[in-house]
Amino acid sequence: MRDAQKEMRRPLGLRLWLSGGWLFALAVGAILAPLIAPHNPLAQDLFAARLPPFWDAKAEPGFWLGTDSLGRDVLSRILYGSRLALFVALVAGTLTCAVGATLGMIAGYYRGWPDRIISRFVDIWMAFPPVLFAILLIAVLGTGIVSIIIAIVIIDWTRFARVIRAEALGQSAMDYVASAKIAGRTKFSTMLTEIFPNVLPSIIALLTLEMGISVIIEAILSFVNLSISTDSPTWGGMISEGRTSVHQAWWVLVFPLITLFLTVLSFSQLGEGLKDRFDPVLR
Amino acid sequence: MSSFLSIRNLNVKLAQGTPILRSVSLDVNAAQVHGLVGESGAGKSMIGKAVLGILPKALHITGGEIWLDGTDLLTLPPSERRKRIGAQAALIPQDPLTALNPSKRIGPQITRRLVDILGWSKADALDRALELLDEVHIPDPLRVMRNYPHELSGGMRQRILIASAFAAEPKLIIADEPTTALDATVQKQILRLIAQMQKRHGTALLFVTHDLGVVSKVCDSLSVLYAGKLVEQAQMRRFFMSPIHPYSAALLAATPTYADPTGSLTPVPQSVIDTVEQEVAQHDMRHQS
Amino acid sequence: MMFSINDLKLSLPDMTQKPLFGPAPQIDILKGISFDIPKGCVLGIVGGSGSGKSTLARAMMRLLEPTSGSILFDGMDITHTSEEELRGMRQRFQMIFQDPMSSLNPRRKVGGIIAGPMRLHGMDRTKERVNEALDLVGLPQSFSQRYPHELSGGQRQRVGIARAIALRPEFILADEIVSGLDVSSQAQVLNLLAKLVKELGLTLAFISHDLSVIRRLCDRVIVLHQGLIVEEAESQILFESPQASYTKELLAAIPLPDPDQIWDA
Repeated sequence: MRDAQKEMRRPLGLRLWLSGGWLFALAVGAILAPLIAPHNPLAQDLFAARLPPFWDAKAEPGFWLGTDSLGRDVLSRILYGSRLALFVALVAGTLTCAVGATLGMIAGYYRGWPDRIISRFVDIWMAFPPVLFAILLIAVLGTGIVSIIIAIVIIDWTRFARVIRAEALGQSAMDYVASAKIAGRTKFSTMLTEIFPNVLPSIIALLTLEMGISVIIEAILSFVNLSISTDSPTWGGMISEGRTSVHQAWWVLVFPLITLFLTVLSFSQLGEGLKDRFDPVLR
Repeated sequence: MSSFLSIRNLNVKLAQGTPILRSVSLDVNAAQVHGLVGESGAGKSMIGKAVLGILPKALHITGGEIWLDGTDLLTLPPSERRKRIGAQAALIPQDPLTALNPSKRIGPQITRRLVDILGWSKADALDRALELLDEVHIPDPLRVMRNYPHELSGGMRQRILIASAFAAEPKLIIADEPTTALDATVQKQILRLIAQMQKRHGTALLFVTHDLGVVSKVCDSLSVLYAGKLVEQAQMRRFFMSPIHPYSAALLAATPTYADPTGSLTPVPQSVIDTVEQEVAQHDMRHQS
Repeated sequence: MMFSINDLKLSLPDMTQKPLFGPAPQIDILKGISFDIPKGCVLGIVGGSGSGKSTLARAMMRLLEPTSGSILFDGMDITHTSEEELRGMRQRFQMIFQDPMSSLNPRRKVGGIIAGPMRLHGMDRTKERVNEALDLVGLPQSFSQRYPHELSGGQRQRVGIARAIALRPEFILADEIVSGLDVSSQAQVLNLLAKLVKELGLTLAFISHDLSVIRRLCDRVIVLHQGLIVEEAESQILFESPQASYTKELLAAIPLPDPDQIWDA
């Protein structure tokens, strides 16, 4: 029967490779942006404004994805924009995960008053509309990269807390937890050695999903001009600017949008793929 | 052919080619109970599922015939096959809790099949359901029809599933470990009820179980399976008196019984396992080409 | 006495009947249970679902808090001992669970599962002891590198046994440990348990819903029904002349693999 199970398992890998590949390429592009970007992302050239992408007859060599209404190179701006996007994804995603998953695991495993307090907070938190909440927070904290990250953590920790609480709750009912108690393991140690490895796949899947969401939140904040100072390129900012000239130069809007879409999709697919990979039961 | 259900050389494989059933042939006569016995993974449930056309997606029938009342089901187009199975066969499942929809009342769950598939009027179906609940000894059937599944005990739920299986007077019922989840005392009541209903309605019954004790109480004949291959087929009495195949004998010896003070807990010897494994391998060799 | 249970009562909140506000009503699972397990005894505890046998097991292991009554382990009252105080003693009484899929952490290898409790109790040479334990339960030593899901049901249950005996406990509680197994592995696991009890001089409480596996293994049997003990007797006496009507009913309900058994009642 075990052979049968092994055979029934669906092949994974492709989506892991595709999503991982895109994110890796993007990360390399972000790190090496100063070296590989064809132009200064801030350099305006009104004589080269609204140049179309490379396949168009009116394209100029060197401006692969065209230029915007101020003549700034779209490709270079996307590359530089990815630095902020990925930084926010990494830092905000990880912090959100650390805060939310820890609280969720404590609530789900310890139950009792820690659970009541944490769950009540989560309920109240979830009642706020997240985007308005983010804008409000930035208004209070002021713009800047630290503010964005703090805002994301404050808004989104509940996503982890809720899911991981439910997972930990389910795992706590398993007999291996009872078995650890009978063996004389302390509660805290049981949480770390028995519960944590079993909720880890969910944490990983949520973590990458959260990275994608962080990218979106950052994009939304820069779209409404509440991200970092306006002169650094951001995907959200580019989309916002591209929107005004979409009839004359669609590429200014579409290319950052595609990049954003692929990045968010890749993060979520990467999570699912990793979850399967790290599951010894499925592997 | 006098048998109501006749399976000929049925082969079922996983999509990747691993055999699950290996050339299984068996007959269930009208008004007879045939037991399917084997350990977990022997494929005993898969036979019933293949007949009812509810095999898991990863499994495929790769050869053989399933004759139900004189028609080979596997030659019929799928819609025709489903209609025929729906009218002539029914299932008593293992787990009475998951087999009933938790968010629906009992009544509609019994009548739905009659109304939707067999086109009965609602009033007729309702009458029939009440009659059947009474037949399976459910007290106050009118009240139970308005209950939700979770409000009833495991034994009651299994009674309802039995009533539901007999509702459309099918000629064949497949019972898939119907008492495994129940206590011994409840199991006894349910087994007796199934046997009673089967006799009264003259149904052919294919009874899947891992418990030879249960087989000796309800079956007329039985097939022993190992790794999807038939090991022995016999009349019930003959089997318990003198099992022919060493694996059957070993299985019988391994079945615990309190009646024997010295205890009869003899594990199936490795030599016997090797013998059946060899037979399975020989079968696969023959069918490779 | 290894264990002395005196008038043990245990109630749990019934969440299905919980009103919108206020606490859930309590259901009495154990309604006053008293029995002793002498050292070296193999005690069978039999009952149907809802008899309270698993609750009793969990109370004895101090996984559930009794409502009243007392539990004495080797003369010491452990009914309400704090978890900290209990920790040092835990090595002396161990439990084997019904479902090894649930009781073996799926993300740890067999070796780690068996060694974990030993490390907690400061035992040295864990690697050798893991191998010894695997030997004792008849599994190859190479299994310490495997995950639970890579084993068969019978093998998994042997790992559960190995984990319990590796701590060299004096008492083991086995809760329905063969009910999920095929008859062939059932026989193997039961024979193994009988052998270990003899070799290691264990005291054993064996919980089961199935009387047929009890006779062979147990010296004494108690029959539980709806949270009360309805009969307690020497194994042989219980099977030959059961007194309580519930015991008779239970015995009569077991289908023996014998077509001549009279099975009407």
